[in-house]
Amino acid sequence: MNAIEVEHLVKRFGELVAVNDISFTVASQEIFGLLGPNGAGKTTLIRMMTTLTPPTSGTARIDGHDIRTDADGVRHALGVIPQAFTSDPELTAMENMLIHAKLYGVPSETRGPLIIKLLESVDLMKFKDALVGTFSGGMRRRLEIARGLVHSPRILFLDEPTTGLDPVSRANVWEMIRNLRDKSELTILLTTHYMDEADKLCDRIAIVDHGKLAALDTPSRLKDSTPGTDVVEAEFGNAPPDWHEQLKTLAAVKAVTEHDHVSHLASLDGPATVAALMDLARAEHVTVRKVSVQSTTLDDVFLHFTGSDLRDATHTATYDVSRFYK
Amino acid sequence: MNFERVWALVERDMRKFFRSPALMVSSLLFPLVQLIVLGYAFGGKIKGAKVAFVDQDHSVLSRQVREMFDGVATGPATFRVVDYDSQAQAVDDLRAGFVRGVVELPQHFSQKFYDHDRPEIAFSEDNTDQVMASALEGELQDIVTALNAPATEPRLDGQVELDVVEVYPYIEYAKYLLAGSTAMAIFIVAMIGGGITFIDDKSRGLHEGYLLTPIKKSELVTGLIGAGALKGLMAGMSIVIIGGMIVGIPGLWDPVRILYLSLVTLVASIAMISLMFVAMVRVSDPLVPRAVFGVLNMLLFFPSGAISPIEGFPKWLRWMSVVDPFTYTVHALRNLTVKNTGIEGIYMDVLLLAGFSALMIGISIGLFKRQI
Repeated sequence: MNAIEVEHLVKRFGELVAVNDISFTVASQEIFGLLGPNGAGKTTLIRMMTTLTPPTSGTARIDGHDIRTDADGVRHALGVIPQAFTSDPELTAMENMLIHAKLYGVPSETRGPLIIKLLESVDLMKFKDALVGTFSGGMRRRLEIARGLVHSPRILFLDEPTTGLDPVSRANVWEMIRNLRDKSELTILLTTHYMDEADKLCDRIAIVDHGKLAALDTPSRLKDSTPGTDVVEAEFGNAPPDWHEQLKTLAAVKAVTEHDHVSHLASLDGPATVAALMDLARAEHVTVRKVSVQSTTLDDVFLHFTGSDLRDATHTATYDVSRFYK
Repeated sequence: MNFERVWALVERDMRKFFRSPALMVSSLLFPLVQLIVLGYAFGGKIKGAKVAFVDQDHSVLSRQVREMFDGVATGPATFRVVDYDSQAQAVDDLRAGFVRGVVELPQHFSQKFYDHDRPEIAFSEDNTDQVMASALEGELQDIVTALNAPATEPRLDGQVELDVVEVYPYIEYAKYLLAGSTAMAIFIVAMIGGGITFIDDKSRGLHEGYLLTPIKKSELVTGLIGAGALKGLMAGMSIVIIGGMIVGIPGLWDPVRILYLSLVTLVASIAMISLMFVAMVRVSDPLVPRAVFGVLNMLLFFPSGAISPIEGFPKWLRWMSVVDPFTYTVHALRNLTVKNTGIEGIYMDVLLLAGFSALMIGISIGLFKRQI
């Protein structure tokens, strides 16, 4: 049985379609990533799947429980770490854990040892009696993850788990997610707008853009689905009008796109393409201001499937559905 | 209903309450200051008001009247007399606020008195201050009654006299106000706990954490109201005890009385916090409860009879007092603090407050949104 089954989920806020007919399944013990810029609809999708927001149409089954008809079953099956910190800053780490354990009905005889084990696993045991308000962002995120596991859920949702964290804290959270995958039988669904995070953590990735599912596959297959194995990025001066057409004729080049005055050449052989490019530029008296070659990344995949760079999409998202959650 | 979940929310709020003295201090400080300042500023007997005395008669009788005024000045000391030669100057000083009343014995006052020709003492008062005016009028009326009394008492007195029996010893206004100040403490806790903290927690995303758990909305509302009620009970009883000691309530430590006071304070706390929930359950903007605090205080506190009797209100204000939970809180607490009645003096108020609470909790649960 699939751990998560999403069927034609739609969420409208008036005229705005935040989630537009999304369907996918997540297998048991899989780490599944929802990748997309801010405002793509990831959080709305998560909120529908966690019963926080009713869908306009469609449904989802979480560990076999339908979000429309069995919300309690869904809540018991899920551990959720929302994007915003929801642990109480005026309580200690231990108190936050205890109260959530009680809200989930964790038996009193197992509560204490379980909480200690979880706090140890997130390296917060020595801060168990410290007020959460004194924690750094990374510590707080680790506490939220421990708290999300307090009722031993079968599925864990992490909504942008590393947003706002410094690089060291991000690495810690990644390590923790990997450990959860390796040492438990959890199915993990995470949303992120970081390519490297999705690439390093996820077994499969769904690319979400403007509320729609643009692509879904393993990171390697997604990369393979873009033309070429390497990407040559170059910036030119004095380029003639037909310069892009000429670039397409270069050795091993499969496709050429331009974004922000930077040409992206998808190539089957990066070094060979660079050599041919330099020869052509010399012959045509075109100045090569900058050139680099790298393997295809998820950024290129995102560009390929959505037509825009993820970083730009993140910064230029035209709407922010968070205002509808108030 | 899962009471472990309900209690988890109560436990959360109580831990925060004991950890942050701000709520405790703010819920106690204002009612105590109100009790002390308002309690001793209002309701005291007027003493030492300056009254101008203009004697234009200059007779033996007018000197006797003047001595009667001196008697008041040295006795109850409601006023002290300042002699004026000019009636016009005295009235000018009355208008300017230098004296609070002008007594004038006109020319031929004594002659008219002995002729039984309707002698009159003129009293000009500053009627912008009703409390002062009525106190001075009362004293002057006593003097006039004494003047009118016959020199020798008739053997058979046919005049009707009012025999006033005071059921309770004299109650200072501060004691009278204690019930209102206690209700105010409960209201402040309800406002902060049920309004401000609730919406702040919502806007900080803390509620989202609870909504993700299997907790039912009836459990969430009951837990939050339960926590607020416990805080209200603590604040209310603190004011009853501290305020009671300050204003001097006799027999304050009687266990049965404490039990009844706790009962009233608890049901009043539930009533006010659940009322606050109904008002705030759909509000998201943290500024709203702060903005309406003063208005709600005005609408609930003053019509309740906390500072003056409801019977003195206009009809529309009396109707407000009927639906105001403060009214029944103040009535029951006053019965217990100043009259020391037993259960018979409070049971109706307790039942009404309990019924009001049940209604408000039901509405709160109905209005509470389990989804965001």
